[in-house]
Amino acid sequence: MKEASPAKAYALHLGVIALLFGLSFVLPEYHHGLLARIMVLAVFAMGYNMLFGYVGLLSLGHAMFFSAGLYGAGLAVIHLGWSVPAAFAAGLACGTLLALAIGMLALRTSGVAFMIVTMMFAQVFYLIILYFASRTGGDQGLVVPQSARVLVVGGTSLGLTDPTVRYMSALALFSIVLLVTLAIVRSRYGRVLVAIRENEERTKMLGYDTFSNKLAAVVVSGTVCAASGAAYALLFGYVGSTFASVQYSILPLLWVLLGGAATTLGPLIGTLFMYYVVDVTSGYTSAYLLIVGIALILLVLFFPRGILGTIRQRWLGWLP
Amino acid sequence: MAFGPHLLLAALEGLVTAAVLALTALGLSLVFGVMRVVNVAHGEFFMLGAVLAWAISTAISGHAALGFLAALVLAPLIVGLIALVAERLVLRRLNYNPEATIVATIGMLYIIQQLALTFYGPEARPVEPPFSYRILLPWFGYSGYKLSIIAASALLLVATWFVLTRTKIGLVMRATQYDSETAQAFGIPVDRVYAGVFALGAMLAAVAAVLIVPISQAHYLMGQDPLLLSFIVVIIGGLGSLRGTVVAAVLIGLSDGIISVFFSPTLAKIIATLLVAMVLVFRPQGLFGTASR
Amino acid sequence: MTDKNGFFDLSRTGLTRRTALKGLAAGAGLAVAPGFVRYSQAQSSAPIKIGFQSHRTGIGAAYGRWYERTTAAAVKAINDAGGINGRPVEVIIEDDGTDPGRGAEVVGKFATQHKTDIVYGTLFSHVVIGSAPAAGEAKMPYFVVSEGHHVASTKLNRYVFQPGITDVKSQIQAMAPWIAANAGKKVTQIFPDFAFGYDHRDYLPPALKAQGAEVIAQIAIPPTESSFTKYFPQIPAETEVIYHVMVGPAVLTFVKELGEFYGSNRPQLFGFIDSLEATDINSPGLEFLDGSHFWEGSPRYAQPDDSAAQKAYRAAVGIDDNGAAVGDPKDVSTAAHMFGCWETLYVVKKAMEDAGYKGPEDRAKLVEATEALTEFAEGPEHPQGPKTFNGKIHQCFGIQNISKVEGGRLNVVHKTKIEDGLYEPEGDYTTQAL
Repeated sequence: MKEASPAKAYALHLGVIALLFGLSFVLPEYHHGLLARIMVLAVFAMGYNMLFGYVGLLSLGHAMFFSAGLYGAGLAVIHLGWSVPAAFAAGLACGTLLALAIGMLALRTSGVAFMIVTMMFAQVFYLIILYFASRTGGDQGLVVPQSARVLVVGGTSLGLTDPTVRYMSALALFSIVLLVTLAIVRSRYGRVLVAIRENEERTKMLGYDTFSNKLAAVVVSGTVCAASGAAYALLFGYVGSTFASVQYSILPLLWVLLGGAATTLGPLIGTLFMYYVVDVTSGYTSAYLLIVGIALILLVLFFPRGILGTIRQRWLGWLP
Repeated sequence: MAFGPHLLLAALEGLVTAAVLALTALGLSLVFGVMRVVNVAHGEFFMLGAVLAWAISTAISGHAALGFLAALVLAPLIVGLIALVAERLVLRRLNYNPEATIVATIGMLYIIQQLALTFYGPEARPVEPPFSYRILLPWFGYSGYKLSIIAASALLLVATWFVLTRTKIGLVMRATQYDSETAQAFGIPVDRVYAGVFALGAMLAAVAAVLIVPISQAHYLMGQDPLLLSFIVVIIGGLGSLRGTVVAAVLIGLSDGIISVFFSPTLAKIIATLLVAMVLVFRPQGLFGTASR
Repeated sequence: MTDKNGFFDLSRTGLTRRTALKGLAAGAGLAVAPGFVRYSQAQSSAPIKIGFQSHRTGIGAAYGRWYERTTAAAVKAINDAGGINGRPVEVIIEDDGTDPGRGAEVVGKFATQHKTDIVYGTLFSHVVIGSAPAAGEAKMPYFVVSEGHHVASTKLNRYVFQPGITDVKSQIQAMAPWIAANAGKKVTQIFPDFAFGYDHRDYLPPALKAQGAEVIAQIAIPPTESSFTKYFPQIPAETEVIYHVMVGPAVLTFVKELGEFYGSNRPQLFGFIDSLEATDINSPGLEFLDGSHFWEGSPRYAQPDDSAAQKAYRAAVGIDDNGAAVGDPKDVSTAAHMFGCWETLYVVKKAMEDAGYKGPEDRAKLVEATEALTEFAEGPEHPQGPKTFNGKIHQCFGIQNISKVEGGRLNVVHKTKIEDGLYEPEGDYTTQAL
């Protein structure tokens, strides 16, 4: 990775945020709504990328962090009648605590075992949601009432169901996470993480406590994913166990690999790409999964580092 | 029902699960161990085996056993061929890079699943068992065919063990698994070994599916559960350890059956999954694995 | 394996590629000229567009296929008779993958891209519940054919309706008297350990108690289970009736294993046909079901006393006397549920005509007109039988069939009355703002 002036990187990221802001005013209604959803899910992918891209830990259980946020926020509104900010905070807290607990256990393993252990913990989490169906709604899930999804800012109340408010809320969350990710990646801590990915033993010998560094990464990653889940519950009004199933653990992996692992903007690109491939092809044929499958294989054959990863490798070495 | 018979029944059920699981997981373990490829499409090869078994057994008229035997031979061969093509066209070009192969096999999963839905359909379809003998125990009846699955699986496992440890093919495979570069240097066609192993892994999954399909049924989404369970078995058993895979399959099959005697089923699954996860956390190399990774 | 009723064969469904392409063209037009094409605010001759949220892939695909065929038949019948308010009906299909997240996106797509007049057709409960908020926010009337109790529970919102099929709570209540009187007094329930099963778990015991019978054991089976024998020892020996409701692809296994476990010496069996929808009752291993009873919404097999309307409906949809696709006896329908699609579309037609519906600006009027409906008479538009509709809870109530498996057929032996299935409303949607 060539080193770039910080200004260039920050300018690019602020430019992307500005572009997304501008798009809000020109996009047709449907794509406007879809992009709001994609931004929220891109946050999920960014959280995943934190761990997978930069630390090299492949988890197959991140659906549990997403749904910790989803249920933390959703159930706080439904059962406790909490306000939107309090519920969002509850979702974050659930994700952080869960990530801390899972990290302490799962980080005793590495490689493939880490993958399986995280998958199994996520499976336990999923089954717990089913087991407490009277509270969680089980597989049917629960609706977060529209009347409760209102953000009160200084006297005015903004309905989160309003398309503009929803888009801007999603953009705000996305922007914060993007800039925080960029800051982390460029920080000393970010470099330690990459060093662990490249050679954990050597990093250890250089005197770094790799376990706590990795644990911190799991917690950051889990919290970001929970933020995405909490936002999903509050913005789109549904919590359900599907989001805790293994399929939703594989999706962020896919988005990140497509967009480019260990690139800050890759998760957004990957999510965007995948969403539009499904959306466009499902209009032409009911066998759209076939096309998605073929697209995946072609991508991995010809763009093995993902879209942004390939661009960085071939043309723009300074991309963060 | 009294406690003893109940436990016996749970144990029998657990053994059937274990028998099928052991075969499926062994396929995954070989691919994993020799090629270091995490084959996410493994469950789809399992599904293909079942779907082909249905197609073959309905195409052949006459006694049910005839169609079943044909399926038992043909379905794994076809699946192996498909796997071989996939390996040559995709995995080899990816140089078996671990991350790239995960995405590629996810892609294969989508493709195979969609093709099955398109050509086979969304229905669950049964395959007639080759024989339907009901064993009458004093407390309950039990399917004779189910018991024969355990025997067939054991036979196949022994045969695989024999090939792996007593033949030249097995030696070549083990050498490749141990150190592919050195193996290459000693003139072993590593490339062809990989292709063979990938096909063999898929065939094992397909055989397991053909065996189970008369008591279960073919459905295009049936591949997911065996995939997850096989992953667990492979890791618990320790990578590339045949003995470990079999023991882990029996352990998981039995615990799944027996824990459900004592707890509500969903709670039982929670406890069993948590237990297995904890085993892994505190013994990451698996029960029979040696070195890490 | 050339399944001629395969996935690509849309000609069979009547929802031709052209319909899909029309939808596409509309979408493409929008993408090219955002904000310029006001597609749906069209003249009076433009078609009424119905967005069909279909389970084309995922676990619900077997139902989705038959829901599409029934829908195509009903739309053809409606259009042949002059359409709705003199306008033809056009159906646009989007696959929801039987996934609630995707379901909500699809509702959004109908509302903002296809600009359909209504959304319709969802079966699986979790997809309904996941999509309902999106429908409510878009103020998009959402007509589901799900049989879940979710709509009638009034936990969703004012835009969600279920006017074509009775909900599970009502079905169970209507079944209970017959079970207690004819099958036995001591009932063991076996049900899937998720929401569909919970409706049965929660509503059957009080319904049976009211009839002097009791549930002596409830066995919940986890949704991921593919083998069931190990649960059977939990069935108490004194059980007179096993009441089973299993769904998903593993149900065949369930029945086969029950057969192996009991042999010929079994308790009475009463089941919901949901277990065996789209499955041939004469499949190997199902001989065990002979003599047992099933709930059916609409009978799969043609009955001697079928009304002319029922016969016409079966012919239009293209199912033979055995409930399989005409020309392919292996392609068994989901007859017990799919009639709901036909009937729902006619309810939509009636409500749109009552409301003088012209376009999306009249959606609120459509909601009110639907809520004002009270009765649907048996006839070509409602071939399953007469129904009442409760506008406060957006749910219809009809008759139920109990059928016996005899000689490889399902013969209706009892029809319930509408009153058997009525219960106290749990809320009132009409108090919600539009």
